[in-house]
Amino acid sequence: MALVWNEEQLMLREAAAGFLAEKASLAALRKLRDERSETGYDQEVWREMAEMGWAGIAIPEEFGGLDYGYAGLGIVLEQMGRNLSVSPLQATVLVAATAIALGGSEAQKQALLPAIASGELTLALALQEGAHHAPEKTALTATANAGGYSLSGKKVLVQDAHIADKLIVVARSAGKPGDAAGLSLFLVDASSVGVRTERVIMLDSRNGGNVLLDNVQVGAENLLGELDAGHDLLQQVLDIANIGLSAELLGLSLEAYERTLEYLKERRQFGELIGSFQGLQHRAAELFAELELAKSIVIRALQAIDANDPQLSMLASACKAKLCEVAVRATNESIQMHGGIGMTDEFDIGFFIKRARVAQQTYGDYNYHLDRYARLNNY
Amino acid sequence: MSDLDQFRQETREWLEANCPESMRTPETSDTDQYWGGRDPEMSHPDQKVWADRMGEKGWTTPEWPLEYGGGGLDKEQTKVLRQEMARIGARNPLHSFGISMLGPALLKYANDEQKQEHIPKIIRGEIRWCQGYSEPGAGSDLASLQTRAEDQGDHYLVNGSKVWTSYADKADWIFCLTRTDNSGTKHEGISFLLFDMASPGVSTRPVKLISGSSPFCETFFDDVQVPKSNLMGEAGKGWSIAKYLLTHEREMISGFGHSGAGKTLGQEALETLGTDSGGRLDDTVLRQRIAQLELDTLVFGCTMARVKDEAKAGQGLGAASSIFKYYGTELNKRRYELVMSVRGAQALAWEGDAYDNGKTPRAWLRTKANSIEGGTSEIQLNIIAKRVLGLPS
Repeated sequence: MALVWNEEQLMLREAAAGFLAEKASLAALRKLRDERSETGYDQEVWREMAEMGWAGIAIPEEFGGLDYGYAGLGIVLEQMGRNLSVSPLQATVLVAATAIALGGSEAQKQALLPAIASGELTLALALQEGAHHAPEKTALTATANAGGYSLSGKKVLVQDAHIADKLIVVARSAGKPGDAAGLSLFLVDASSVGVRTERVIMLDSRNGGNVLLDNVQVGAENLLGELDAGHDLLQQVLDIANIGLSAELLGLSLEAYERTLEYLKERRQFGELIGSFQGLQHRAAELFAELELAKSIVIRALQAIDANDPQLSMLASACKAKLCEVAVRATNESIQMHGGIGMTDEFDIGFFIKRARVAQQTYGDYNYHLDRYARLNNY
Repeated sequence: MSDLDQFRQETREWLEANCPESMRTPETSDTDQYWGGRDPEMSHPDQKVWADRMGEKGWTTPEWPLEYGGGGLDKEQTKVLRQEMARIGARNPLHSFGISMLGPALLKYANDEQKQEHIPKIIRGEIRWCQGYSEPGAGSDLASLQTRAEDQGDHYLVNGSKVWTSYADKADWIFCLTRTDNSGTKHEGISFLLFDMASPGVSTRPVKLISGSSPFCETFFDDVQVPKSNLMGEAGKGWSIAKYLLTHEREMISGFGHSGAGKTLGQEALETLGTDSGGRLDDTVLRQRIAQLELDTLVFGCTMARVKDEAKAGQGLGAASSIFKYYGTELNKRRYELVMSVRGAQALAWEGDAYDNGKTPRAWLRTKANSIEGGTSEIQLNIIAKRVLGLPS
């Protein structure tokens, strides 16, 4: 497939850029933070996003979506990265809807996907338990009983935990922590008896959270995908999630870079524009090269999702690793090249490194994905 | 059958009939590369047969215009030709700076007489060209070149010297940057001359490199008479031609080391170093470095493809193309550093049949020139900073 966006996709990009700059900009994020918003996002803006179809952008038409593919979702996510827009788009649409679309039964899809596409239903993936992304180390137990399963354990770093109507909980139904086999995914109402969610405001001012499950009873019909075979489903979901996060990292890296480039053209020291100094010029040019590379792997990986590319896992890890590397470099350079003003909260540039750090760490960072890339290439 | 399918079939048949069996084997030595010229070097007489047949058809330069003997093919047909050549493992019939560097500039800047004179001979491999650019005092600062061409009425009198002239000792003609005027800025007063290396007063001396080979020469001009008709473009306006030609040279250099054939570095490392108890490459640091390199190679490949696709889709030649020379050559250097690590002691021998006569370390050392020749990495970064990013001077 040609590594370009078509006319329609370019129009979507433009529309998304315009909407987000007006309604979900960095200034809006700052306001949500400063006012300590209860929900952590603007519900009215999310309603408008859903009206435009974004909540169902990658969901098939038969389930009320636009069927516009993950390329479309990625295009929107890149623009959200540029604007540092906050919404349930990542947790609910990119991650949870993907899990349901890939692993759900017909009944589950019918019940949930249209509600997601319309923007009514929010979800969160409860996966991580320790400091690092390691799905096979899942210990939260799922014990079979007469009514289905009983879930007990604790999850951390659950994006949107406190606003989610439903949780997708990754649990150990067989084997022991460390085994890839024996994992199962369950759909759990956030209001179920025994579920406790705690909001954690993250360093990027977004919703993280912890989830405690204490003998939570789940009906057998709420098993998502096959019993004990959840690891494979999870890998597919996480491949897509990581590519989506990479698109967001691309957007925020480009924005931080372009703002910095402008600054190099207006800030004077020693009687000169600082952009005339070769010490800065070469660093800016090297970063430009890295960003061009980043653009290429993001478009390649997004197209690979929609094309069911057999190498998707390898591409997903390549994409996430590269984008983590580039985002670290772009956001660090953006602060360094701004000098002292880059360290102030009043100036916006510092917001980018904060979001970058959380997005990097979500579902595996540079180290994790570089190693996974090597593993998938058999070394 | 579509026109393109028809073309494919005809091409396949023609190649079957005309590509000698011996030219369907990989090039393994320097002399397996055929460069043509008045007195061509060959390891097999079929090299000339193959080049002549392809040249006759214009397929040494598939997309050049028919009127000068080129193939006259469009991009799609050229792709088919390349695919069909690859299918039978056909060698590149003709390696040529005339094709990769001078040709595009001739087509754009030369007068009709010059085109008629030189282009057909390039296509048929009759004349081998070399490039007279760098001088002892003009490397990265190429425009400060001092080789003088004095106007003597009907001819120029050329005096001076060039350095890093690739294969000057084997070339028949040279395209040469000379100074015809010293009164303006250094970018003004440069003239682009074409002349015969057999002219009285031209001499060459090969320069031995750290890799042990001597692909480059010093070239000396002592009262060389060059007819005025050999001036390409306008006198004093040669700098734009020089820059145009450099973009083609950089394109060529950034493609070094991307054959994509054979084993990956990871596979080779597995064979050399073995696996640990978990079945992984038994050197965690090397594993990580190989993964970084292979990942960047993958991503760079995607970038070259993206730029091509954008141009095809009419979205213009993206700014990304400016990074190719810089990134491609740095990547190739990184690759060879790791090749040396993977092969270990095996890569340290310089001589001996058991060690392929030091092929690996010689190739490793050769890559060090990649980020110097055709404009250093630092010059490339300057160009990106100023022309692409618009940073102030």
